[in-house]
Amino acid sequence: MQREGQIRIPSGCAISGIFNRSGRRMSGEAIVKSISVMHDRSNGLGGGFAAYGIYPDYQDYYAFHLFYDAPAAKRDCEEFLERHFDIINLSKIPTRKIPEITDEPLIWRYFVTPLPTKLKESQLDEREFVAKCVFRINADMDGAYIFSSGKNMGTFKAVGYPEDVGRFYKLEEYEGYCFTAHGRYPTNTPGWWGGAHPFALLDYSVVHNGEISSYDANRRAIEMHGYKCTLQTDTEVITYIIDYLHRKKGLTLPEIAGVIAAPFWQTIEQMEPEERRMHEYLRDVFSAQLVTGPFSILVGFEGGLMALNDRLKLRSMVVGEKDDTVYIASEEAAIRAIAPNLDTVWAPGGGEPVVIKLDGGEA
Amino acid sequence: MGINLIYPDFEVVRNADRCIACRVCERQCANHVHEYLADAGKMVSDDANCVDCQRCVSLCPTHALKIVKSGNTFKDNRNWSGKTIQEVYRQAESGGVLLSSMGNPENYPVYFDKILLNASQVTNPSIDPLREPMETKVFLGAKPKELERDASGRILDNRPPRLTLSMPVMFSAMSYGSISYNAHESLARAAEALGTFYNTGEGGLHEDFYKYGDSTIVQVASGRFGVHPRYLNRGAAIEIKMGQGAKPGIGGHLPGSKIGGDISRTRMIPEGCDAISPAPHHDIYSIEDLRQLVYSLKEATGYQKPVIVKIAAVHNVSVIASGIARSGADIIAIDGFRGGTGAAPTRIRDNVGIPIELALAATDQRLREEGIRDNVSIVAGGSIRSSADIVKAIALGADCVYIATSALLALGCHLCRSCQTGKCNWGIATQEPELVKRLNPETGYQRLVNLLSAWRHEIQEMMGGMGINSIESLKGNRLMLRGVGLSEKELQILGIKHAGE
Repeated sequence: MQREGQIRIPSGCAISGIFNRSGRRMSGEAIVKSISVMHDRSNGLGGGFAAYGIYPDYQDYYAFHLFYDAPAAKRDCEEFLERHFDIINLSKIPTRKIPEITDEPLIWRYFVTPLPTKLKESQLDEREFVAKCVFRINADMDGAYIFSSGKNMGTFKAVGYPEDVGRFYKLEEYEGYCFTAHGRYPTNTPGWWGGAHPFALLDYSVVHNGEISSYDANRRAIEMHGYKCTLQTDTEVITYIIDYLHRKKGLTLPEIAGVIAAPFWQTIEQMEPEERRMHEYLRDVFSAQLVTGPFSILVGFEGGLMALNDRLKLRSMVVGEKDDTVYIASEEAAIRAIAPNLDTVWAPGGGEPVVIKLDGGEA
Repeated sequence: MGINLIYPDFEVVRNADRCIACRVCERQCANHVHEYLADAGKMVSDDANCVDCQRCVSLCPTHALKIVKSGNTFKDNRNWSGKTIQEVYRQAESGGVLLSSMGNPENYPVYFDKILLNASQVTNPSIDPLREPMETKVFLGAKPKELERDASGRILDNRPPRLTLSMPVMFSAMSYGSISYNAHESLARAAEALGTFYNTGEGGLHEDFYKYGDSTIVQVASGRFGVHPRYLNRGAAIEIKMGQGAKPGIGGHLPGSKIGGDISRTRMIPEGCDAISPAPHHDIYSIEDLRQLVYSLKEATGYQKPVIVKIAAVHNVSVIASGIARSGADIIAIDGFRGGTGAAPTRIRDNVGIPIELALAATDQRLREEGIRDNVSIVAGGSIRSSADIVKAIALGADCVYIATSALLALGCHLCRSCQTGKCNWGIATQEPELVKRLNPETGYQRLVNLLSAWRHEIQEMMGGMGINSIESLKGNRLMLRGVGLSEKELQILGIKHAGE
């Protein structure tokens, strides 16, 4: 059987997210409880979490989370890392042996910073340098896979139901201001941990529910800009699109929403001239980054979270607020399970971005 | 006669019981096939003159006529077909080059017919174009390299000049001269009504049609017929014709007999003088020369118009396209070997060039590998026969397609492939006033609008089935395609998987 990356595997899913605007750090327990409510939206073939603000002691260092198939891969990879980075700390990521999660790879964590000489030699900015190294390992190094590479954040994923994955990684022991979660329902059995979600690059992480119809148009376009889609998943390509538009092109989040879930021309024609001009520009120039077909996504990044539905809202997604905490999930039940008394609850329209930032954070 | 006898290709079959000797067929046939014998009180035909244009069949009020293949055969031979033998006879008699019209009719593979489309089932929904927006608008032109903002952070519109189309189809180049005034008027008005563009071809732009300039692509070919500043500035875009799919590597020839008053004025050449476009542009012997012409035309039009470079699909098309994408051109048009023509040497038409599907796939992939796909848009032409061909071309990587043969069919062409004779009974490929007036531009334009409106509906249905509600998400989306009966090599070049994979 072909592994994820060799074949494209469609999947349905559940997503959930929690964000505290004040930056108050909360334990990972709530997000596990929330996603477990949507057990039936997954089929045990993939689950995972992204957590922000969890490594305050190492907040200036890139936290690499790695899967290794075998010790040899670890040796090769560490050799590569040592050539390019100063490794401040390394350890196994703590896990709990449970019967529901089996066949785990070697799971390691490294806190690193690029070697100044290497960085200078590369003539790249620091984040681009790090991203390039991540691609290098993931595309070219057999048996080694970086599944998390941001600062003061991390993703945790595995083959299994998400609530089991949360227990496996002892998520309750982490404290962060933002968590997202994903339960996967692939239509095939890849059985590979790297194929689980969230998908992350630098501090961007994406959890996604849907199956996009624009996949190959998006993939072939983004690969022209130096990205390598090794997994053939929607989430991977959406992450790269967001990284490209946000980090490389400098688009704001609402502008990014205007690209990937672009308003229809009939809507644009009714806008004020200035807004109309901008949307025409975005749709024309970034036409290859338009994403069609059903999706609801949560995009995590340093200091913020964006929720977005496809332009027709072909997937369910609900937002709830209670005091300074925002909850987003595929189903309202997943929010009510952890916050029964909400101040507000609503379903954002198709293509309407919900952007949440830490108080005092930049727009 | 004797050794030179070519037995007629067709036989005009007249049902005597139905024929009322109204003589419509006689009046309608510019080839003088039909004749009324007053003494006998009946119609007769000279089959030898028949080109099977179906004009008489279409207008016979009693359905008394049909044209069938004549039954005369040479002794069966898999190597020497009757057609080949006859061509040798013709050339032995005339000493001349064989001429043909319209696209290559020979039995080469049609890749579009070996590619199948996808549709949504279960894991994502198909979208109903009758209930949801289904967008087909496209822009053609280069994309800006960098995003720029003003002091207040607003995005500046730094897009190079471009064309905006309501759907990814344009009418490709057919010169005034090769086709009639009424055919041009039909195309121009249809392009305007549809929100797309038609193309003057190499014969200049008739004064009467300057009013359709915003829907017009003006062509600059090797003969430079009718090219002057006002012409260049009147078009919405300028196309440099480097080659044509029907006759890669050679120029064009419009006989002096077709260069009457209006055409002579429009082309800026004397009446009755043959219009011969050279095989190459004599100011372009290499890619750096092309760059100079691209920028000369941009200078002449104040950098307000996108420049299209049209090439024939030849063996190393992707490399040539890569050079063009770095030459300052905004759009590359690739014309496949089945593209039509008003006249071409038969051997060239039937033996030179490659299929558009392969040329398009190879070019799109090559430009992506070189990271220059956004420098240009790609327009694919050379026998786009239906909305399905369009959807497949877009999914292979085209931004837009050019159609011409199907547009002529809409105007009444029956593909008799005799354009070079100038006696088109349908009023399309002729300059004889009596024949030209048979094509009513009012009807013609409406039929073109009908055709493309129908195709737009079909494109929307196919897109909706795939769960795609905007054409840009179809562009280059090769996972939506599967090949049937194709070799590994063909699949590899097309960049698609085989059905079942």
